[in-house]
Amino acid sequence: MFIRQISVFLENSVGELRQLTELLGKNGIDLLALSIADTQNFGIVRLIIRGDKVDDALKLLRDNLYTAKVNHVVCAEVADRPLGLCELLTLIEQAGLSVEYMYSFLRGSGQNYAHMIMRLSDGEKAMQLFEMHNVRVLSQDEVDAL
Amino acid sequence: MIYMAQKQHRIYNPAMECIDREQLKKLQGERLAATVKLEYENVAVYRERMDAAGVKPEDIRTVDDLKYLPFMEKTDLRDYYPYGLMASPKSAIVRIHGSSGTTGKPIVSGDTRGDLDVWSEMMARTLTAAGCTSEDIVQVAYGFGLFTGGFGAYQGADRIGAMVLPMSSGNTQRQIMMMKDMGTSILCCTPSYATYLGETVREMGIDPKRHLKLKAGCFGAEPWTEEMRQHIEELLGIDACDIYGLTEIAGPGVAFECLEKHGMHINEDHVIPEIINPATGEQLPYGTPGELVFTTITKTGMPMLRYRTHDICTLTDEKCACGRTLVRMGRITGRTDDMLVIRGVNVFPSQIESVLVSAEGVAPHYMLIVDRVNNSDTLEVQVEMTEGMFSDTISHIENVRKYITDQIKSVVGIASKVKLVAPKSIPRSEGKAKRVIDNRKL
Repeated sequence: MFIRQISVFLENSVGELRQLTELLGKNGIDLLALSIADTQNFGIVRLIIRGDKVDDALKLLRDNLYTAKVNHVVCAEVADRPLGLCELLTLIEQAGLSVEYMYSFLRGSGQNYAHMIMRLSDGEKAMQLFEMHNVRVLSQDEVDAL
Repeated sequence: MIYMAQKQHRIYNPAMECIDREQLKKLQGERLAATVKLEYENVAVYRERMDAAGVKPEDIRTVDDLKYLPFMEKTDLRDYYPYGLMASPKSAIVRIHGSSGTTGKPIVSGDTRGDLDVWSEMMARTLTAAGCTSEDIVQVAYGFGLFTGGFGAYQGADRIGAMVLPMSSGNTQRQIMMMKDMGTSILCCTPSYATYLGETVREMGIDPKRHLKLKAGCFGAEPWTEEMRQHIEELLGIDACDIYGLTEIAGPGVAFECLEKHGMHINEDHVIPEIINPATGEQLPYGTPGELVFTTITKTGMPMLRYRTHDICTLTDEKCACGRTLVRMGRITGRTDDMLVIRGVNVFPSQIESVLVSAEGVAPHYMLIVDRVNNSDTLEVQVEMTEGMFSDTISHIENVRKYITDQIKSVVGIASKVKLVAPKSIPRSEGKAKRVIDNRKL
């Protein structure tokens, strides 16, 4: 149960991120979650948007000369209390997996959980692991409804 | 020119360097005829070209016949790499030197014992013209290796009988320590490195007049300006002389400045210079700027006939105050092709292109930004991001970037900074694309 994430290449210069969000916003695309990874020269913006908008957004970005790709990532539920994330990471570590990147949702479900988006070294294996340990993983529909 | 206290001109080989020009012309004709014969008999590709042009070796008797010969190009050295242009058997070749070519392969030149002898003589003349004698201590801070700089300067100083410090390039602190401790009097390196050494010397609080024994330097392998000369002369308290050379012809010492610093004397008893119109190939008179072409007339390992340097300059046969009769070439004012000289290394944009084309997922849209920061040339290669290179993880993209950087280093021979830029951000132009922005003030 993966969700779709769009990653976009940006040059590390003034106004780049604003232009990107402006383009998406003006085309009615709402950001559910976002993270930015940056180096001195460039950045990668990772976005979660509603599942039914992913294809349109990708086309929009490419038409506007952005380099963009869709990746599949995991959205896992984490108890919203001290050590909540740590417990999940312990599971991942003990299973010999590694987190390539992780970020959290902009909006929560209003309950006692936080939602973390992550890319793991082995996605399938992570899914089995989460199932075994009752870590709730959100589907695209559930994400869309957040 | 405050440091040019007394111009005492020294000449290594007055018989040749001050030769009567009519006599020189006769000698050049004889040597040219012999070289053409050697080339025709031993280098298949050149024989074919002469046959195609309807020229026989016996047609070439004097310097005036030179214009009938076909040209040679840098691409010939690439196409007939490694041994295809050698006119002597491998057993007679005692040294190989090389520099970067137009694409991945280097270009190489092979010297016989006699060729090395000629080259050493040319460099001995060069160093002598800058004031070097057997009493001097010569610090060679050109790289030793396939590059001709280090060995060329070493051989010339050795020929004179001077004391040589074969330092090679880099390690500035050690260069300065040796310079001070050994009492170096002549420095050989690139002009940008000379500037860097000079500035470091000053930063270290060393007063060249009190703590160093430097008196002159022979600087070349990259273009420089009159302003740089003055800067170096003031920093180090020396006479800074320009030298010119290229691997294909011999290496450094093909032409050199005397202390008049008024153009570089060409060793015409070993090479014949011509200036041509690069578009038509037609010879131009002295005083007219055009492309410099060299013909070697004493080399037997890999002689070059009418080799097009693609360097633009002017020749003059006005008599020099130093007493030499050899013609002088002015500073190189440009190139007829897109070759760049970066940190003394010849770089062709096509080399970078070949790297990008062969890397998977990489688009051949690039821009080279050349600059000079703290007296060292920098090369930034801007490459457009494509979907093939892109990923959602930094480490993946950094690996692609590192791969491109490593490939450029291995093909071109110099370090560069690869910058990934947005797609379509590099301007496309119709016809010949502009691939280079050179911000150096030369």
